[in-house]
Amino acid sequence: MTDSKYFTTTKKGEIFELKNELNSDKKEKKKEAVKKVIASMTVGKDVSALFPDVVNCMQTDNVELKKLVYLYLMNYAKSQPDLAIMAVNTFVKDCEDPNPLIRALAVRTMGCIRVEKITEYLCDPLRRCMKDEDPYVRKTAAVCVAKLHDMNPTLVKDQGFVELLNDLLSDANPMVVANAVAALTEMNDQQTVIEVNSQMVNKLLTALNECTEWGQVFILDALAGYTPRDERETQNICERISPRLAHANAAVVLSTVKVLMKLIDMMPADSDFITQLTKKLAPPMVTLLSAEPEIQYVALRNINLIVQKRPDILKQEMKVFFVKYNDPIYVKMEKLDIMIRLAQQNNISQVLSELKEYATEVDVDFVRKSVRAIGRCAIKVETSSERCVQTLLELIQTKVNYVVQEAVVVIKDIFRKYPNRYESIISALCENLDTLDEPEARASMIWIIGEYAERIDNADELLESFVEGFHDENTQVQLQLLTAVVKLFLKRPGVAQALVQRVLSLATQDSDNPDLRDRGFIYWRLLSADPAAAKNVVLTEKPLISEETDLLEPSLLEQLVCHIGTLASVYHKPPSAFIDPAKAPLRQINPIPTAKFGSSLLDTSSATNASRNGSAPTVIPSQDQVIADLLSLDLNAPATSANTGGYGASMSGTTSMGGLDDLLGLGGDSMPAAPAMASSNNPFDSLAGLGMPSAVPAAQQPASIGGLAEIFGSGGFGASSGYTHPKEMWLDASKAMGMQVEGTFVRRNGRISMEITITNRAMQAISEFALQFNKNSFGLIPVEQMDQSPILPNQSKNFTIVCDTSGPVQVTTPLTNLQVRLIYKM
Amino acid sequence: MATSAMFILDLKGKTIISRNYRGDVDMTTIDKFITLLMEKEEEGSAAPVLTYQDTNFVFIKHTNIYLVSACRSNVNVTMILSFLYKCVEVFSEYFKDVEEESIRDNFVVIYELLDEMMDFGFPQTTESRILQEYITQEGQKLVSAPRPPMAVTNAVSWRSEGIKYRKNEVFLDVIESVNMLASANGTVLQSEIVGSVKMRVYLTGMPELRLGLNDKVLFEGSGRGKSKSVELEDVKFHQCVRLSRFDTDRTISFIPPDGAFELMSYRLTTVVKPLIWIETSIERHSHSRVSFIIKAKSQFKRRSTANNVEIIIPVPSDADSPKFKTSIGSVKYTPEQSAFVWTIKSFPGGKEYLLTAHLSLPSVMSEESEGRPPIKVKFEIPYFTTSGIQVRYLKIIEKSGYQALPWVRYITQNGEYEMRMK
Repeated sequence: MTDSKYFTTTKKGEIFELKNELNSDKKEKKKEAVKKVIASMTVGKDVSALFPDVVNCMQTDNVELKKLVYLYLMNYAKSQPDLAIMAVNTFVKDCEDPNPLIRALAVRTMGCIRVEKITEYLCDPLRRCMKDEDPYVRKTAAVCVAKLHDMNPTLVKDQGFVELLNDLLSDANPMVVANAVAALTEMNDQQTVIEVNSQMVNKLLTALNECTEWGQVFILDALAGYTPRDERETQNICERISPRLAHANAAVVLSTVKVLMKLIDMMPADSDFITQLTKKLAPPMVTLLSAEPEIQYVALRNINLIVQKRPDILKQEMKVFFVKYNDPIYVKMEKLDIMIRLAQQNNISQVLSELKEYATEVDVDFVRKSVRAIGRCAIKVETSSERCVQTLLELIQTKVNYVVQEAVVVIKDIFRKYPNRYESIISALCENLDTLDEPEARASMIWIIGEYAERIDNADELLESFVEGFHDENTQVQLQLLTAVVKLFLKRPGVAQALVQRVLSLATQDSDNPDLRDRGFIYWRLLSADPAAAKNVVLTEKPLISEETDLLEPSLLEQLVCHIGTLASVYHKPPSAFIDPAKAPLRQINPIPTAKFGSSLLDTSSATNASRNGSAPTVIPSQDQVIADLLSLDLNAPATSANTGGYGASMSGTTSMGGLDDLLGLGGDSMPAAPAMASSNNPFDSLAGLGMPSAVPAAQQPASIGGLAEIFGSGGFGASSGYTHPKEMWLDASKAMGMQVEGTFVRRNGRISMEITITNRAMQAISEFALQFNKNSFGLIPVEQMDQSPILPNQSKNFTIVCDTSGPVQVTTPLTNLQVRLIYKM
Repeated sequence: MATSAMFILDLKGKTIISRNYRGDVDMTTIDKFITLLMEKEEEGSAAPVLTYQDTNFVFIKHTNIYLVSACRSNVNVTMILSFLYKCVEVFSEYFKDVEEESIRDNFVVIYELLDEMMDFGFPQTTESRILQEYITQEGQKLVSAPRPPMAVTNAVSWRSEGIKYRKNEVFLDVIESVNMLASANGTVLQSEIVGSVKMRVYLTGMPELRLGLNDKVLFEGSGRGKSKSVELEDVKFHQCVRLSRFDTDRTISFIPPDGAFELMSYRLTTVVKPLIWIETSIERHSHSRVSFIIKAKSQFKRRSTANNVEIIIPVPSDADSPKFKTSIGSVKYTPEQSAFVWTIKSFPGGKEYLLTAHLSLPSVMSEESEGRPPIKVKFEIPYFTTSGIQVRYLKIIEKSGYQALPWVRYITQNGEYEMRMK
């Protein structure tokens, strides 16, 4: 007899019938009825009307029946909170049952009933269960604390559950330790309830050897969030966790890789220890490629990160990424990505012959990507470019439509990388002009014709044929066509006089696309005002195209490597993108211990009050200005996306982001959390909404800074050689699109200055800095602006900004809090 | 951090079982799952992770069901996927075939299992043998109600105490699968051996086992560098093996679970001569016929024999009227997989066999271009490991001091053994 029969009761008056059966005296009938109820619930029927009757069955000596009733309760308690109270008594009673299974079941279920009234009754039984003699109950209670925290974090703190949970970390039973650490990590994610310290880490490392595979994952994930004090501790952790690389469970392996990748960064790069350790990393990752396809996929997405971060680890392993015929398409695509990343001179011939093989398969997307990959190889490994071009030509001969189009697109890139080397193949490309029907391929072809207009005899005819259908083309093609015709005209004025006029008028008069019109007008003015200058601008040398594509921003990569195995690492998006908005990290106030400076602080602030000169300009931009700025960015944007060479329109403007009106009560230590949220969510969203292409050219970071106390505190001594607080990290690169700020305040010759070091960890230069302080307790404002010369990628620069206390005063909590905004252009 | 809810869906995306662990996802979002998956498949970007608004679905497909985990935060995807696979494993221990019908037939026990295997989205006990001790299909009276076995929370969470056998025996199977990929012009692109040591343990009490292999690292460390040894590139162990012990002195020591399990797997990429090599020459006369000459060579020692060799040669899907000629084995045309299969029951080492095949092609070409599937070979070679790995000893120590017999078998078989065709 099977359970499926319970699904088949669809008679009329079913609820009524069930009600009768639930209230039956016969236990067997009762149980059957509950099963039917659960079956109905499973298929999505609403059986909440039976709530009182089902709850009545709760007091039973049959465990299976009890479990079913509990299941029902978990599902419907929320919709019937008043009735759910009826169940509380039974729960509390069950929590003291002699059988540990029942005790655990009760506390587990009670935690899942998300009804506020029940929560109050949960505390006492939970506290008892956390000290239960049976580890099974304790491990269940540990998780229950996380459940309670999810509903009511303050209650958990007030009732001392954090301390109890902390005690469980020292439990003799490894599974209890594992669940306790899982609960703590989860609570910490929302709000720091307890700092992970080295004693705790030691306990975890001991439990690691004994707990279940899942427990090992919890512990390793918790370790990933810990920063060891010194090199010795780092090395010790590495040694103790590296045996986990040999675990059969892929999750244990990847979490171990995650912790090791993080720790390796903290040790001197060239030590033997690091060399030994990195050697251990490759084999387990290769083995993951024999796992189930879904796990392979996750592994490959992570290997993509690891290869970017530490190319050495897998550089010998090219062959394992060769695509198998039966690999699912998502695995094939990822393998291809990694093959391109690992391609270099010594393996390029193997890679090329593989890619050529793939380019003749049937899956269109995969074939396209393979063709593109051949182009990437040509650009990446110069010695192979000849062979790549040859291979691409062979593929063009196949006349398979999408292969040809993709090949044209990559050949354009090859032309850009190696100008004046492969023009001989242009004629072969021109033969396929008619088959190109995708905008990107057409635009690429047109670019090639324009670029080499002087060597293609019939360039004017070819372009003219495109101009015929100008209005039917995609914008991308229109823009390219406009530029190409102008190039042709500048190179061979004789043949293109009429054509250029026609295109300019098509673009400026007959088009309602503002980008196209603007570009048309610019060319028109340039050509009519100063043809020589036009030549300089349009035919200027183009910047080199980069060898690697799709590289992640270094700061994002850094972040993702610390989250290997998670959703973030699969999507290559910052972890903050997955934070449940309902549970965003709570802003925390860490009061700075001010006792020491107390008196002098008061002195200074009264002094500032006295010296305040009234009308300081308000520097906080209003909401309207913000929108205006965003719009101006939007208008500028297309100019840079056009690859006409000379332009690169300069963009200025500030984007202001969240936190304008919330002068966060942030102490020095808690600084990173909130600004990070603001910078990663708001600007991107709002910019995307306005149609910005990709990069955010200007960013502004609110940063609040502690440590002011010392400056003012030292005022009493008035000595110029006084103590200087060492520079602290104010803003981490990963939180500010690659800009890192360290700084401190010093007092020299009676003047206060802010000394900061800005390090550029982004990929472009940053420049045009502007600085402002928000109103603060001391009226501190900068009296001079920053040096304007740009900071190139991976460089840093020191600034000393002299400040005085003539600004507007607004008392902040804590008093020593200061919020600094730094605006820069990228 | 963890799974918010778990679903078991049928192929049409209809929910068969759902279990809400955290109450932070809208349980109706799952209705969007199948449409979303279809869309992504159409775009060619289907991956095992999908996103709908702020809910992420991590899923696997097994027979005719989907196992889906819905989550909202930055979860450990690898853990979720491993857990889903573990669910399938546990379910199959409970009711053998895990598919739509059996899920419906066993929904009560599935709910119980889901409750025990995961709490608030954190995976808990997933050892099916231990679960079976306290989650049974028959409801029990409280008087004799099951208690959580000690093993659930013990350091040895995979074995219960008090197991008894009249005859104490251990069976060890060393199975090596050879993965090979050769290009159309006959060069071996990739070849690796994936080995696995499977055990069936029928031992009384809490025995302590130690397995000795001719592991190169171990031999060199102990000064026996010259004896024949194998360099294992990567080793993975069942959770019963003490990993830190292995890390320090390469000793494989463990308390085994009861019954059958995989003790370890290993991988090595030493280049070996392909065990069975296929050469083909194909003559295509488009619109009329295609003919194949297939030569199969066994390149292992003469005293070994490969059993149940199947050579699968793909042919155009519109081919018909096959004619085959061979001196050995049998040939079967399987139009459903567009291939013919040459089966040789017994294929001794150092031999070479020939097959010729003729198939007709229609005069009208089909419009769809076909992929070029590779030739595949299946085989089994008993009493032989490609890597040369050997079990040197299996020590069994139990406090009662009984004698137990270990039995060892070796076998080499095909893994993904593919040769591309011209």
